[in-house]
Amino acid sequence: MIETLQNLLSFLPEVVLSLVIITVKILAIVLPIMGAVAYLTLAERKVISYIQVRIGPNRVGPRGLLQPIADALKLIMKEVIVPAQANKKLFMIAPVLAFAPAIAAWAVVPFDEGMVLSNIDASLLYILAITSMAVYGVILAGWASNSKYAFLGAMRSAAQIVSYEIAMGFALVTVLMAAGSLNLTEIVNAQQGGVWMWFFIPLWPMFLVYYISGLAETNRAPFDVAEGESEIVAGFHVEYSGMTFSIFFLAEYANMILIALLTALMFCGGWLSPFQGIPVLESMFSWVPGIVWLLLKTSFFLFLFLWFRATFPRYRYDQIMRLGWKVLIPITIFWVLLLGLAIVEGWGPWFG
Amino acid sequence: MAFELIIFYIFSTILVGSALAVITVRNPIYAALFLVLAFFTCAGVWLLLEAEFLAITLVLVYVGAVMVLFLFVVMMLDINLAPLKEGFIRFLPVGVAVGVIILIQMAMILGPENFGLEKFAMPVGQGEDYSNTKALGRILYTTYVYPFEIAAVILLVAIIAAISLTLRKRPDSKKQNVADQVKVRREDRVRLVKMPATKKDEVQS
Repeated sequence: MIETLQNLLSFLPEVVLSLVIITVKILAIVLPIMGAVAYLTLAERKVISYIQVRIGPNRVGPRGLLQPIADALKLIMKEVIVPAQANKKLFMIAPVLAFAPAIAAWAVVPFDEGMVLSNIDASLLYILAITSMAVYGVILAGWASNSKYAFLGAMRSAAQIVSYEIAMGFALVTVLMAAGSLNLTEIVNAQQGGVWMWFFIPLWPMFLVYYISGLAETNRAPFDVAEGESEIVAGFHVEYSGMTFSIFFLAEYANMILIALLTALMFCGGWLSPFQGIPVLESMFSWVPGIVWLLLKTSFFLFLFLWFRATFPRYRYDQIMRLGWKVLIPITIFWVLLLGLAIVEGWGPWFG
Repeated sequence: MAFELIIFYIFSTILVGSALAVITVRNPIYAALFLVLAFFTCAGVWLLLEAEFLAITLVLVYVGAVMVLFLFVVMMLDINLAPLKEGFIRFLPVGVAVGVIILIQMAMILGPENFGLEKFAMPVGQGEDYSNTKALGRILYTTYVYPFEIAAVILLVAIIAAISLTLRKRPDSKKQNVADQVKVRREDRVRLVKMPATKKDEVQS
């Protein structure tokens, strides 16, 4: 597809041509993300309704399928209210600072062998760095709103994100130790050879730590104290309305999809078929493109996000901090040492 | 090359501009945010030097963690700016003297006669398969392994010192002992009392 585009536009100078192609690739990533975010909100409402023995949205379109479009239209038409005492500049910049990292992180995410916008050497580190910047949107939103509830929510969120980033970083260290590379494509290729080679087996506790930290980083239930509606109304975005609010919303859901996709890439073999190495099934399913497996795995982890929200009550704040600092971080440090031993000694089929 | 040069000048302009803004803007929150911008553009300049590991680590450590805590503190403290400006005129001569001395020192050292192209050849661009991460790791864990480990130990000591300095025992605050909660058995908390069943009219009589 890229080749045909290249031939079609070959009359353009080379710089312009490469710019056009990169822009097309960016659109091919960002537009599906926006669509996925819209339908993830519908999926969330539907899944939670069925868990609670309700039907959920079923009025707009067949079986409620057009509900996200109606919601988006409603949010676009709403008035954007800026509180009188707010710091106007930072109030408007904050949603952008929350949204930009959530999209920028996708630049290095591979969707299949070679299907990646920018195949950089240290892509794992890049994702960690870019996603750690998302906290500025939250802090600035809380501060610029000039509201007690927004500020409390921002402080809770910032402390939580900074704490869980450490556990998340250590979990990623074990992944890069096991794969021997920081490049996401090579991390997936290091898991070649069947389900038993996927990293969730040798790195099982790290897999759980990463997913739990991911829940905490995206402020999802049961770690959603940042917007605990029963205590601080809606947290950092309480003063936002209309489009400015929906940009925070988009950023949160884009981050959720990113965490689910990264979990699939790093621990569950990415685009590798789960039937690899199994005699009959492997040839039966060999026609399935890799991206389908990746999206299936991502959807499974997204479903877990929704399932947790419907199942677990909200953590108390001191318990969140205890879990992050006193449980997850010591486990990760222990596992880094154990993994070092395993790699040196060549344990199992993974490090042989 | 020309394209890289354009990017370099754009980034350098933003870097110098935001660094100036850090010390000139009145609002401390803005100053902290301009420092974030300065770090971020600095990482961009480092990327042009093919030091991608250092550039990304700069963003990760300084932008992602240090400045977040910094901003946090600045936001929580209600900084009253008036007392800070009180001694401005009084301390101005000392400040100007220190600044001028630093400027002269820097001008003496950092000139083309010491760092010119004839002293240091322009770095050659690395090949396509060059990995800054690998190169750094190789040199850190072989040539400089002892300084690296000593630095790590010093950091660990600093962490422990910081925690022990700020840790205070508060006997009046209620806190949860998770080990006790996990250890507790049903027998410790629940006592089943057997009572003989009584008929309704017996109770009434």
